[in-house]
Amino acid sequence: MTTTTPPPPPAPTAGPKKLSRAEQRAAEAKTKLSSPWASGLAIAIAILWTVPTFGLLLSSFRPEAEIKSNGWWTIWRNPGFTLDSYDEVLYGGSTQFSTFFINSIVITLPAVIIPITLALLAAYAFAWIEFPYRDLLFVAVFALQIVPIQVTLIPLLSEYVKWGFAGSFWTVWLSHSIFALPLAIFLLHNFMKDIPASLIEAARVDGAGHVKIFFLVLLPLLVPAIAAFGIFQFLWVWNDLLVALTFAGGTPNVAPLTVRVAELAGSRGTEWHLLAAGAAISIVVPLIVFLSLQRYFVRGLLAGGVKG
Amino acid sequence: MSDNDPDRPDVGSGSTATALREDVPVAAPRPKEGSPVWTGVLVALGAVTVIGILVVVASLAGLWTPEFDWPSWLVSSVTAVEKFGLMFFAIILFVVVMSLILLAVDRARGVRNWMVALAFLAPMGLMLVFGLIYPGLRTMRESFFDRTSTNYVGFDNYATLFTEDIFQTVLRNTAIWVFIVPIVATLIGLVYAVLVDRTRFEALAKGLIFLPMAISMVGASIIWKFVYEYRPDQEGVEQIGLANQLLVWAGREPYQFLITSPLNTFFLIVVMIWIQSGFAMTVLSAAIKAIPDDIVEAARIDGVSGLGMFRYVTVPSIRPALVVVLTTISITTLKVFDIVRTMTGGNFNTSVVANEFYTQSFRQFNVGLGAALAVVLFVLVIPIVVYNVRQLRLSEDVR
Repeated sequence: MTTTTPPPPPAPTAGPKKLSRAEQRAAEAKTKLSSPWASGLAIAIAILWTVPTFGLLLSSFRPEAEIKSNGWWTIWRNPGFTLDSYDEVLYGGSTQFSTFFINSIVITLPAVIIPITLALLAAYAFAWIEFPYRDLLFVAVFALQIVPIQVTLIPLLSEYVKWGFAGSFWTVWLSHSIFALPLAIFLLHNFMKDIPASLIEAARVDGAGHVKIFFLVLLPLLVPAIAAFGIFQFLWVWNDLLVALTFAGGTPNVAPLTVRVAELAGSRGTEWHLLAAGAAISIVVPLIVFLSLQRYFVRGLLAGGVKG
Repeated sequence: MSDNDPDRPDVGSGSTATALREDVPVAAPRPKEGSPVWTGVLVALGAVTVIGILVVVASLAGLWTPEFDWPSWLVSSVTAVEKFGLMFFAIILFVVVMSLILLAVDRARGVRNWMVALAFLAPMGLMLVFGLIYPGLRTMRESFFDRTSTNYVGFDNYATLFTEDIFQTVLRNTAIWVFIVPIVATLIGLVYAVLVDRTRFEALAKGLIFLPMAISMVGASIIWKFVYEYRPDQEGVEQIGLANQLLVWAGREPYQFLITSPLNTFFLIVVMIWIQSGFAMTVLSAAIKAIPDDIVEAARIDGVSGLGMFRYVTVPSIRPALVVVLTTISITTLKVFDIVRTMTGGNFNTSVVANEFYTQSFRQFNVGLGAALAVVLFVLVIPIVVYNVRQLRLSEDVR
C-alpha cells in the first residue's frame, strides 16, 4: 500500500550475494515516487475506495433502529449485531428477495453459456476456415460493437410481444446472448489466432476435420480465454439493470436482483436496513466469483474490449 | 434416406475417422465419404433454418402476424422448480441443437469448407441480424416518427432534443460526465498504479481499488446513496451518511448532496469514477510493467527520478494504453444509466441521455423521442469507438 520498500533483511548478512530480481525491483521502486506524500496519497485512495462498501456491509448487520438513528462509525458506542435485516429482505412478506435471487441465477447461466458457445464456433470459422468474404464479415461483426443496446430495445421488445413470449426468461436469455456476441467473437478470435498455425496444420495432415480440430485441438488450449470471457459475461449479466428492466422489469417472476434493489432504492429510499441487506445480497455472488477467478478476469480486460 | 443406403450399419463415431486415415490423401482434409443419414440431417437442418428465416422475415415485414399459444410452462414459470427446470430445458435444447449441427457438418457427405463456415456462423449471424441490425435500423426510422410511430414528423424529434430546456440539461449533463469521468478515473488509476507498483502490498492494494468493478452499478449506487444520506440539522438528530457527518465534524451544515442542483451531477459522477478507476488502474499497471527495464535503467543513469521518471518515462511509454483506457471509459460513461436511475431517477436536473432514453421510451411512452435519443447516443459513440479501435491496434505491442 505504500511505496516505502521493505528493509532488505538479507543485505547485511549476504552482502556480496547478488540481489534477486524482486529485490532489485524493490530497490528501484525507491527511486520512483517514494516520498511520504506518495505513500499518504496511495493510502488515502485505498481508504476512499474501501470505506463506502465497508460502511454499507457493516450497516447491514446492525439493528434497524440503530441504522436509522446513528452512523455505522458509532458502532463502538451503539453496539448491536443482528441478521434481522437479511431475514426480512430474504423471506419478508412483501419483498421476497429469494425469488429475485433465483431469477438472477436462472437468467445468468444460459446467458453465459449460449453466447460463449456460439462465439467460439464463429471465432473458429473466422480464424481457421477459408471462405469468401471472410475478412469483410469479421470486420462487420466487430463493428457491431458500436451499436449501443439502447438502439435495439424497443423494436426487440415489440417483436417479443408479437411472438407471444414477452416477459419470459427466453427474452432475457436471447437478448443477453445477442448483445454479448460481437465482443465475445472478437475476443475469442484474438485468442484463437494466437494458437500456432502449425498445430492446426498438423491435425489437418492427420486427417482431422474442422469439428475434430475444434474440439480436440483448440478447445483445451482455449480454457483460460473461455474462463476470462465467461467471468466477464457473468458479471455483466448478473449486474445488468437496463436489459432486465426492459424485458423483465414488469414481471416479478422474471426480474433479477438488480431490478429489485433499484426499485427498493426508488420506492423505499429511507428503509436503509432493507437497502443495505439487499445490496449486500446482490453483491456477494459476483464478489465471490470475481475474487476466486480474478486472474482470468484481468486477462480478459487486458485483451481489450468495449461492451455495448 | 436410410433405405437405399448400403453403408447404414457402419454409421458410428469410428467409421469416418478410419475412412479418413485410410484413403484420404494428405492434402485434402475433408472426408469424401460421409454418412447419408447425417447428410439427411444436414439437409433437414438447412431446410428448417430457411423456413425459420422466412417466417421471421415475414413477421418483421408485417406480412404475417405470429399467433402462437405457447404452453404456459414455457413462458411463465412461477416456482423455483419450474424456473430451474426451464433453465435446464433451455440449456439442453441448445446443446442438442448445436450437437446436431456439428455432427451433421462433420459426418455428412460432400461437405465443403464454406458449408462448415456457414454452419458455424449461421446461428450468430441470424441472432445479430434479428437482435442488433434490424432493431437498430428500425429505431433510426422511428426517430423520424411521432410518439406512437404512426406519422412521419421529419426532424421534429431532434429539434425538440436540441431546443427544449429539459433536454438541454440532459445534453449538458452528458457532456459533463463524458468530460470528467474518463480524465479523473484515468488519472487516479494511473497515479495509483505508479504508487503501488513493485511495493510489498501491491496485490492487496490493487485488489481494493479493483473491487468496485465486480459490484453492480446498482449496488455501487446504493453504497454511495448511503454515504450521501442527509438528515436535517436538528438537535438530537445524528447524521447517518458519512459525507454529511464529515461536514458536521468540519463544523459545516449538512448538505443535500443528491438534490441540490447543479452540483448533484458531480456527486453522481463520483460514483462512476469510483467504479472505473479500477479498470484504468489494471490496464495501466500492466502497461507500466511492460516498460522495458533498459529504458528505466537508462533514465536512472541519466539521473531521472521521482516525478521526472513519471513525466518523461512512464507516461510516454504507456501512451497507447492511456488512450485506450480513456476512450473505453468514455464509451461506458456515455451509456451510463444504472447510476442515475438508481440514485436520483433522473430527477433534480441529473438526467443523462441514456437515462432520458429510458424515461421517454418506457415511462412517457414517447417512442419517437426515445428513438431519437438512442440515435444521438449511437452517433456520439461512433467516433470514440473508431478512434479506440485504431489505438487498440497501435497498443497491441504494449500489452
